[in-house]
Amino acid sequence: MTLSDEPPFAEPWEAKAFALVVHLHGRGAFTWAEWAQALSGELKRPDAGSYYQCWLLALEHLTLERGVLDRPGLDERRDAWAQAYRNTPHGQPVQLT
Amino acid sequence: MTLRVQALESLLVEKGLVDPAALDAIIETYEHKVGPRNGARVVARAWSDPAYKTRLLAEPVAAIAELGFEGRQGEHMVVVENTPQVHNLVVCTLCSCYPWPLLGLPPVWYKSAPYRSRAVIDPRGVLAEFGTVVGEDVEVRVWDSTAEVRYLVLPERPAGTDGLSEDALADLVTRDAMIGVTRVNP
Repeated sequence: MTLSDEPPFAEPWEAKAFALVVHLHGRGAFTWAEWAQALSGELKRPDAGSYYQCWLLALEHLTLERGVLDRPGLDERRDAWAQAYRNTPHGQPVQLT
Repeated sequence: MTLRVQALESLLVEKGLVDPAALDAIIETYEHKVGPRNGARVVARAWSDPAYKTRLLAEPVAAIAELGFEGRQGEHMVVVENTPQVHNLVVCTLCSCYPWPLLGLPPVWYKSAPYRSRAVIDPRGVLAEFGTVVGEDVEVRVWDSTAEVRYLVLPERPAGTDGLSEDALADLVTRDAMIGVTRVNP
C-alpha cells in the first residue's frame, strides 16, 4: 500500500511558494480559475522548469500584473536576501538588515 | 528559487497581504494532515454502505463532508464509479487540479506534461504503463479536471473482500486507484 510514497514538497521553498498561492487565493487576491490560467501559461512554455518553478513564476507574474508588486522592487529585495546570506555567519539565522 | 520566494514573501508580508503564521499552517496541513487516506475512507464507506454510496454519487460534497473531509479544492466534487463496463481516468490537462481534501497534493507524474497530454490522446496506453489492462469491451472515460470541478474515481470493490471491515477495506484503497490509473487489488 503506497498511500504517500513521496513527500509533497522536495524543498522548503516549494512549500512556501505553494502556501503563498493558497493563502492569497483564500484572501481573495485572485480566483482559482485565474490562478490555474497563470500556472498553465508557465507550464506550457517550451523552456518551462520544474513544476514548482512554474508555480513560483506564475505567482510572480500575477502579483506584477496586478500591480501588487513591481519588478525593480522584487529584484532589489532578492539581491538584499542574497547579500544577507553572504553576510550571515554559518549557523546564524539569515535576516535582512 | 529560495531567494525569489523569500523576496516575494517578505514584500507581501510588509504590505499586510500575507500572514506568515497562516503560511506555516497551510504547509503543516498539506505535509502532514491531508492525503489519500481520506479518500480511501470515503471509498471504503461507499463499498460498505449502499445508502452512503447513493448519496456519494448524487451529492458528493455533502456525502464527503459527512466523514469530515472538506476544504480547499474540494468544493466542487464529482465522483465517478468504475463498473465492469466502464473504467474512469482523471487528468488535469490544463495544470494540476486535484481533490486535495481527499487525496492530498498530486504526485509528480500527475503534474507532468506527458501524463497531462497522453491521458487524453491514448488513455489505454497510459493505463497499460501503470499495469492496468482494460478489455476492449470496457469503455474508458477520461475526466479532465478544471479549476471548478474535481473528480474522484470510486474503484470497483475487489472480489473476495466480503468479510472485511470498513477499516480493512480502506487499507486496500490506493491513491492511484482513486485517480483511475490502477484497480484495487484484494
